[in-house]
Amino acid sequence: MDLTNIYASLPADLVATFSMVLVALVALALVVWDAFRNNAPGIPWAGVVALGVAIVWELFALGDAPGTAWYGMVRTGGFAAFVNIVVLIGALLSIILSVPYLREIRHAHGEVYAIILFATVGMMLLGTANNLVAVFVGLETMSISLYILTGLVREDEGATESALKYFLLGAFSTGFFLYGIALLYGATGTMDLARMSEGLAAGENLVMFWAGVGLLLVGFLFKVSAAPFHMWTPDVYQGAPTTLTAYMSTATKAATFASLILVLYAALPPERWTMVLAVIAVLTMVVGNVLAIAQQNVKRMLAYSSIAHAGYVLVGLAAGTPAGYAGALFYLLVYSIMNIGAFGVMALLEWDGKEGQTQTLNSLAGIGPRKPLLGATMVVFMFALVGFPPLGGFWGKVAVFAPAVEAGLTWLVIVGVLASAVSAYYYLRVLYVFWMRSPEDEPEAAAVQDRVFAVPVTSAAVLIVCVVLLLYFGVRPGGILETTASFFAGPGASMALLP
Amino acid sequence: MDAALLVQLILLLPLAGAVFNGILPLFLPALRTREPLIGAVATAVVAIPFVLVLILFLGYEPGQPVIVDFFPWIVAGDLEVHFAYRIDELSLVMGLIVTGVGALIHLYAVGYMHGDSGFWRFFAYLNLFIFAMLNLVLGDNMVVLFLGWEGVGVCSYLLIGFWYTNLKNSAAANKAFIVNRIGDFAFLVAMFLLFRELGGLDFTTITEGGGAIPEATLNWIVLLLFIGATGKSAQIPLFVWLPDAMAGPTPVSALIHAATMVTSGLYLLARLSPVVLAAPDIMVVIAVVAALTAIMAASIAIAQNDIKKVLAYSTVSQLGYMFMAAGVGAFFVAIFHVMTHAFFKACLFLGSGSVIHAMHHVEHEVEHKTGKHIDPQDMRTMGGLKKYMPATSRTYFIAMLAIAGIPPLAGFFSKDEILFKAFEYGYDGHAYAWFVWIVGLLTAVLTAFYMARSYYLTFEGEERWPLADQVHPHESPWTMTVPLWVLAGLSVVGGFLGLPGVIAHGEWNLIHHWLGEPYGGPVAEPVLAPHGEGFLAIEWGLILLGAGIAFAGWLFARAKYRTDGLAYDAHLRAKLGGLYRAWEGKYYWDELYDRLVVRPLMRFSERGLAAFDRYVVDGAVNGVAALTAGISRGLRYMQTGIVQNYALAIVFGALLVISLILFA
Repeated sequence: MDLTNIYASLPADLVATFSMVLVALVALALVVWDAFRNNAPGIPWAGVVALGVAIVWELFALGDAPGTAWYGMVRTGGFAAFVNIVVLIGALLSIILSVPYLREIRHAHGEVYAIILFATVGMMLLGTANNLVAVFVGLETMSISLYILTGLVREDEGATESALKYFLLGAFSTGFFLYGIALLYGATGTMDLARMSEGLAAGENLVMFWAGVGLLLVGFLFKVSAAPFHMWTPDVYQGAPTTLTAYMSTATKAATFASLILVLYAALPPERWTMVLAVIAVLTMVVGNVLAIAQQNVKRMLAYSSIAHAGYVLVGLAAGTPAGYAGALFYLLVYSIMNIGAFGVMALLEWDGKEGQTQTLNSLAGIGPRKPLLGATMVVFMFALVGFPPLGGFWGKVAVFAPAVEAGLTWLVIVGVLASAVSAYYYLRVLYVFWMRSPEDEPEAAAVQDRVFAVPVTSAAVLIVCVVLLLYFGVRPGGILETTASFFAGPGASMALLP
Repeated sequence: MDAALLVQLILLLPLAGAVFNGILPLFLPALRTREPLIGAVATAVVAIPFVLVLILFLGYEPGQPVIVDFFPWIVAGDLEVHFAYRIDELSLVMGLIVTGVGALIHLYAVGYMHGDSGFWRFFAYLNLFIFAMLNLVLGDNMVVLFLGWEGVGVCSYLLIGFWYTNLKNSAAANKAFIVNRIGDFAFLVAMFLLFRELGGLDFTTITEGGGAIPEATLNWIVLLLFIGATGKSAQIPLFVWLPDAMAGPTPVSALIHAATMVTSGLYLLARLSPVVLAAPDIMVVIAVVAALTAIMAASIAIAQNDIKKVLAYSTVSQLGYMFMAAGVGAFFVAIFHVMTHAFFKACLFLGSGSVIHAMHHVEHEVEHKTGKHIDPQDMRTMGGLKKYMPATSRTYFIAMLAIAGIPPLAGFFSKDEILFKAFEYGYDGHAYAWFVWIVGLLTAVLTAFYMARSYYLTFEGEERWPLADQVHPHESPWTMTVPLWVLAGLSVVGGFLGLPGVIAHGEWNLIHHWLGEPYGGPVAEPVLAPHGEGFLAIEWGLILLGAGIAFAGWLFARAKYRTDGLAYDAHLRAKLGGLYRAWEGKYYWDELYDRLVVRPLMRFSERGLAAFDRYVVDGAVNGVAALTAGISRGLRYMQTGIVQNYALAIVFGALLVISLILFA
């Protein structure tokens, strides 16, 4: 290899991946800042500014043609920019929600924000990786940061336990993932996703290749909490600090699904994996929706709900068509907003002093009239999660279900729509308890009567932004869907995404 | 005025009313008790759109649908959906019913809801309902229709559970919502299939291209649409929510659960009638399900004592009648019956509301004097109300005769036309239509009987409430009686819009000429072989038969209930035994669903899958925290097997994935 020109492409690469580099550098800076000025109040806001700048940067990159940077390790262009935007928005909104929340639970450590940014960098790398090594590095950067965030409240057994569980099972699934990478490399002789199918065509190692894809899938499905790899999810979501759960349940899924889409794109033909994804999607939707019914704790209910939503996204992927992938991307964006909103509301309603771990839904009886802003925004989030028109959630479901019907998976869509019909029950129960029960009816609610939930202006602003976005996605979804569809269009559709 | 502006006003006025009544009082508590203002605004924002729809109606050129396209809702790839509304014969008829009957019921509710602490909230929901319903009937594509379809569902949910402090009402509201969601699933899947087959969701594309869809797919689409309709329009097997929905305030029952929302399934089928006609096999399903629903609900109604429950089952039964019409291809007759039913059933419901209003007063007095509690909706403690409530009893009587099918009231013409169409379709060689016809005749007798029963038990005979000599009910205020008289008047004359074929060879059947495809309207109908000589005599015979059975049912009930009152119920119970108990028990549908669906699902959720997910109900962290005192102990817990179980599930999952990918 000629090493003389090794830095020749450096400026171009830095520009192409500016947002990722920026977030990484700011994260490092925050660690140093925190070391000198412990818990300086400016730390989260520096993070917010960095994320904001990164979002704006990526918005301009949405229309770019696909390309690569860093010697083919990382993809650039519209698809990458879209994924980055979803991840960055998730991080941004979660940090703003976290500032007052972490202060409230007395864990306002400066390094938390640095870790969130590190996780964000990991997700951006994962979502835009063009090479299995980069996929793995991104996945692990993200995961390790998340393990730490889950166990943030060290003195709480529940939080620590869930962090440890998450770590052990995460490590376990990583084993599958790595083995899958090894098999794929063995079968094709390359780590580069774009060249994988060529490599396969040359060799005869079909079984090895498909076994590798299968193992890789296991790793991905674990991270997006698809059934039967979902079991850690309720424990972890319930145990982690609520605003960080909001972050974990949204940005992680967006990045992981984006990476999965790319791998699926590389692993052709789709007939091979359509059935797997369809079966997993059915399992995930049924398990998520049915188990959510019985939950008394809203965080746990939302955890099962997020499992169910992973199932809907999988329906779009199972279609194996560009429309399905585009729909899935759109769904991830909408899902992120509505889920952050729902967790955001819950974060402001915690009275049990244990990050909402022990709180029951009934104890929040009649909270709507007492806290109209929280109550009213929760109405929007719940209806959006149900998939009600004219909110974003409706078009999200249309965007993943319609391509599946077109791909001949009508039975899968029937299961999906039925499962989401069930979901109305548990989402509406939240609203019912919030608005239609009075505290006098619920003995548990008596304890909450004296608690004052201050709603900081910043948190209120985040909730309102989420509501506005969901309405916007519901009334004018066309532009965004066009954008996500454009990533998969163009001559030689399969090559459009893979440069 | 141009159509776009009119449509805008028609849609946005009710929405503005909902905002005015619902959002402003949230922030201005003083406004909440200004009943005259709120009531006037709420009624005006429905009455004005009625006038505007009327203007559109009068200026409409038959056969020239006006499509008002506001802006593209979504344009992505092949999918193109606009916020577009369609003004044509069908949507105008439905729009007139919704706003006209809606305005009357708003006016009535001003009196009925007087003094309720949620007065403002009630009218906000009611206005919102009108907005959603107008979206449903005016929308030019499946998605706008679905927006309305879901919107009316939410409003119905809010209004059924309006008095939510009563847990039973909230349960009824939830039931209605969930059951409707099951219907909605079918609607959505049908919509996806239509999009796949036709690449568009606007009604022009669907009605023009629908017939070309491969037969198997088309059958599925129509079946799914019908399942969607069974949810909203309360047919077997999804009708169970409607009787419970009577927990809502009575004006709601009249507006949503009798006159408008529950007929949206019929509207859907009529709107897509060319597609439905192309699936004759599914029409058999529709007709048979409808016939069974009609007779089942009619028989249940005989054994009910709650005046609103009688009307609720009557509604289910009448909806069955309408679907029978759809099942034999007579969609325009279904819409005709939707219209006449809206008149007389709204009148009956509002009349029952007036009665309940009066009996509430009696209840308070009785409770005050004796401490005893009576149910103000129970006909067993009514009787003889005619003396105290002249307007209510007369209008109820008229509407009762109309629904019973006594000529020349509205119900006679629409019901007879349905029976005739069933007969005609059977005569044309479709054997199942004979079954529909016979069941329809039986249902007609039962209808006349149970409706007359409800009238005589309520308004005639002895006064059966405690202290009847001291406590007297009163007639309701004018805001309530005026709508009753208007609706009663419409129940008298409404039928003349659809005069039967024996008169002037059907040339005076205005509704047919307005809606029917042969005359340029949007509602398709099957082509039948020309009738032979002598068919006119058969037609006259059928009309006489229809009138005869209506009179028979009415006069029989009159003979039994006018003087004997409750004694005949006891006689029926003794005579019919198990059958009567089945009617009283509503054929045990609720119990069946509870056993087959609700409880298994809950058990599955709470226990079945718990083998998969430990501590689902309590929450793992919660349960564990009680067991452990520190991190080290937490680690010990880790070794008690839970994490291993989780890991085991991952291994099994991995095996599943790999075997599927390698061998599938």
